[in-house]
Amino acid sequence: MNDAPAPNSFRNQPDERGHFGQFGGRYVSETLMPLILALEKEYTAAKSDPAFAEQFEDLLEHYVGRPSPLYYAERLTEELRKDAPEGMGAQVWFKRDELNHTGAHKINNCVGQILLAMRMGKTRIIAETGAGQHGVATATVAARFGLPCVVYMGAKDVERQQPNVFRMKLLGAEVIPVKAGAATLKDAMNEALRDWVANVHDTFYIIGTAAGPHPYPELVRDFQSVIGREAREQMLARTGRLPDLLVAAIGGGSNAIGLFHPFLDDPSVKMLGVEAAGHGLDKEHAASLAGGSPGILHGNKTYLLQDDDGQILEGHSISAGLDYPGIGPEHSWLKESGRVDYTYATDKEALDAFQLLCRTEGIIPALEPSHAVAAVVKVAREMPRDAIICANMCGRGDKDIFTVAAALGVEL
Amino acid sequence: MSRFDKAFGKGRAALVCFVTAGDGDTAAVLEALVEGGADVIELGMPFTDPMADGPAIQLANLRALGKGTTTADIFAIATAFRARHPQVPLVLMGYANPMIRRGADWFADQCKAAGVDGVICVDTPPEEDAELGPALRGAGVATIRLATPTTDAARLPTVLETATGFLYYVSVAGITGLQQASTDTIDQAVAQLKSATDLPVAVGFGVRTPEQAGAIARVADGVVVGSALVELVGKYGDNAPAKVRELTAALAQAVHTARENA
Repeated sequence: MNDAPAPNSFRNQPDERGHFGQFGGRYVSETLMPLILALEKEYTAAKSDPAFAEQFEDLLEHYVGRPSPLYYAERLTEELRKDAPEGMGAQVWFKRDELNHTGAHKINNCVGQILLAMRMGKTRIIAETGAGQHGVATATVAARFGLPCVVYMGAKDVERQQPNVFRMKLLGAEVIPVKAGAATLKDAMNEALRDWVANVHDTFYIIGTAAGPHPYPELVRDFQSVIGREAREQMLARTGRLPDLLVAAIGGGSNAIGLFHPFLDDPSVKMLGVEAAGHGLDKEHAASLAGGSPGILHGNKTYLLQDDDGQILEGHSISAGLDYPGIGPEHSWLKESGRVDYTYATDKEALDAFQLLCRTEGIIPALEPSHAVAAVVKVAREMPRDAIICANMCGRGDKDIFTVAAALGVEL
Repeated sequence: MSRFDKAFGKGRAALVCFVTAGDGDTAAVLEALVEGGADVIELGMPFTDPMADGPAIQLANLRALGKGTTTADIFAIATAFRARHPQVPLVLMGYANPMIRRGADWFADQCKAAGVDGVICVDTPPEEDAELGPALRGAGVATIRLATPTTDAARLPTVLETATGFLYYVSVAGITGLQQASTDTIDQAVAQLKSATDLPVAVGFGVRTPEQAGAIARVADGVVVGSALVELVGKYGDNAPAKVRELTAALAQAVHTARENA
């Protein structure tokens, strides 16, 4: 696995068949295959169309509010230095994608995909959602362009994310609760695929993370790479150098791949992806790389939580957005190639980091990036004071205050 | 001559029946299918995430897994079936992940040892044939491909390139068990497929009644019925075999005599 010589570039995946090494691919039913091929063709054309890029960038600037700031978290840095060894305690910077319209990085991808949908002449939008952030972002762009939108959401997630359900409805989307299985994100994705296969003629499926059949992992990564491109420019402008370490939380992995990808060929920049370890890796968790093995689900080959017979296990995380038993295929490849390191944070560590950030920086993070902050807390103390960490603040925590209150035993 | 050639070469259409392995008393249900007149058996491999299936087969998957059905159990069912019925073709149908879990070669060997004639892997299109196809065909197990209403003339050769055994025409763009395409549309599609391949063409998705099955059997080499049978297993539990035999017999009568009546 790590014996193969390093490739000349880590940025030229996937191959023409959508494979990232042994991962990725197009594992879909024959009914969807022609549509997947048409989407690939359209995306290839869009990539070389300056008008498409111009429209995408214009919307990112004036509708989403990009570029998002790059922020030096001075008080958090000082706080972590307090119990660091002499000379240790890296500077912590945040890429502030939680300041985007709709409150997370998800909107970057949705803007790109709805432009593709319209290029393809599709007139109906569907999406799956876990925490509701992708559902809200999809409903937002559907409203912006006047297309009807159906969002599939696990019935359990509908229950625990009521504010986002209401937001989607305000935005004109129809939210369909999915009762199958554990009634969470995985089941919502199954149901969205069932809808798509029955409505291929007019429907575009906006997938929310850098996973699914090719070309989704590639195009979602490309749309999210605005995060890393901006961070790279901003860091160079502000400090005159590249960061030493990038940190991002990983469910499917779209915010992480968006931050990492533009830096993959900068050998001095290390990268750390943080999975959700739930109650712990020996208990219920959602850490596919740390606790899973390669398999095929939802259109791609990647690391999955599964049993000996290949039946998919339910993920668990306090963060509904990380509660998925798979991960984007490019992360599986980056793990096996050794270019990116992956670690995990438990529910408790994420909650502690959530509170720490609230109090030191006046930023209420979403529970997803709280996992990234938990990892930063650990590694910053082991890095020299002049080292720079850039972590992705991929979402704001307004949606999570009820979950956090419940976890802390506070009645609202 | 393969079991498929014999089953599809009787001068009349073949009845292909699908049930989910581990749902109800599968051995007894399979006996009922054969007694009722099924020509080919498709045994569904239950999966936690059957994203191409409608409610009936989704529930059957959950029932089977809820009872603790394992891959080893499925091969035991297949092996026992083959011992009782040396001539009836047996197909495993399911999703890629349980099939590749222990490696494609392992799966192909197990199929061969259990007397499985072919495999339908719903979420592995010809583009990903390398995953399972070479191992299965190398072991003498057919890789049965799906063609759908979205498979246009330009794409059909890609589908046929690695297709063996028979071709399964999915008559509606959608999931299993819900709506049915019009007879005219099916007639036309089957004619196009048959002009492009010598493989037998079986038609499925949404076929529930003897009338529908008979209408398709006038033009197709085979008619696949799944959800209607699976629903009986779900509804009648231990008493399902008698009901399954009854429906299968009515379907077989319609399918086997369709061309005489045409």
